[in-house]
Amino acid sequence: MTTRIVELRRGILKKNDELAAGLRASYAAARVMVLNLVSSPGTGKTAFLEWTLTELRKRGVRVAALVGDLETDNDARRLASSGAPVRQINTHGICHLDAEMIGKHLDGWELGALDYLFIENVGNLVCPSSYDLGEAIRVVLLSVTEGEDKPLKYPTMFNSADAAVITKMDLAVPCGFDRWAALKNINEIRPGIQIFETSVKSGVGLDEWLGYLEEKRKGRG
Amino acid sequence: MHELSIVTSVVESVTESLAAYPGARVLEVRLRVGALASVVRESLEFCYGIAAEGTALEGSRLVVNVLPVVMHCEKCGKDVELEGVQSFRCPLCGEPCFDLRQGRELEIDSIEIEDGKEAA
Repeated sequence: MTTRIVELRRGILKKNDELAAGLRASYAAARVMVLNLVSSPGTGKTAFLEWTLTELRKRGVRVAALVGDLETDNDARRLASSGAPVRQINTHGICHLDAEMIGKHLDGWELGALDYLFIENVGNLVCPSSYDLGEAIRVVLLSVTEGEDKPLKYPTMFNSADAAVITKMDLAVPCGFDRWAALKNINEIRPGIQIFETSVKSGVGLDEWLGYLEEKRKGRG
Repeated sequence: MHELSIVTSVVESVTESLAAYPGARVLEVRLRVGALASVVRESLEFCYGIAAEGTALEGSRLVVNVLPVVMHCEKCGKDVELEGVQSFRCPLCGEPCFDLRQGRELEIDSIEIEDGKEAA
């Protein structure tokens, strides 16, 4: 009997990474911009996305959404009220979306007929950070009711994001939200990240957000 | 939270590699995990026993090597190791760092196996 070391040097999530690379190539071929929205449960991802889908559709922009939850199709029904095509992904206990789930749920959709595809991830600031969905932009959302130190508590998610959205700004004063502390904490973890301070109730910050979406899609060439 | 799915992927991946070593018994599996990989070492170790049960990896050890975050500091012009993950500033000059060079790894580094029979 002999023992030996075998070098493997292999990504543990290689299967997901390969599937995500395939998705990324198909998004690029179809010229659809894909965004992955991540946050804690209760941040207001669905309300924010509902508003975004509705406004983009009013402007004649072609949008669709995939929404992940452990159970129920409540969010898909809410988002469908925008008029956009929406599909629910139920993970039945799994704490994140992965590339395989995305691929399966895109089946039959004509990606070339879309300008944007939004993926609302499962509400969780930990696990979704490890799973590439082939997205062009990862957006992390944080509400004023959650505490300004969320970025410090969940550095991986904030560090892997391309844009940050603060939601429920209309509640900032009653909640005693320390805006400067929140902005500083986000910047400590992800220096230079673009931050949008928004409220779908008051409308603040939403023009900037739509401007960002447009700029990103144009900039892609 | 997703450590069980991570170690399940490890077991599947190592099992595939074992096809090249018939009859081999796995003694140890070594992982390289970045400090920003969102997984907890203790939780990986705990889940590993469950995931390995009933496979060729049952009874083997899981060794998790945690890698610190390394950023490239533009001002200093070199790679710098961060002491933690609470501030992405250069520990030498204090400037914010944008370019991550190490810290998100989630890899199987190597395995130690005992051959089933003497190699021919």
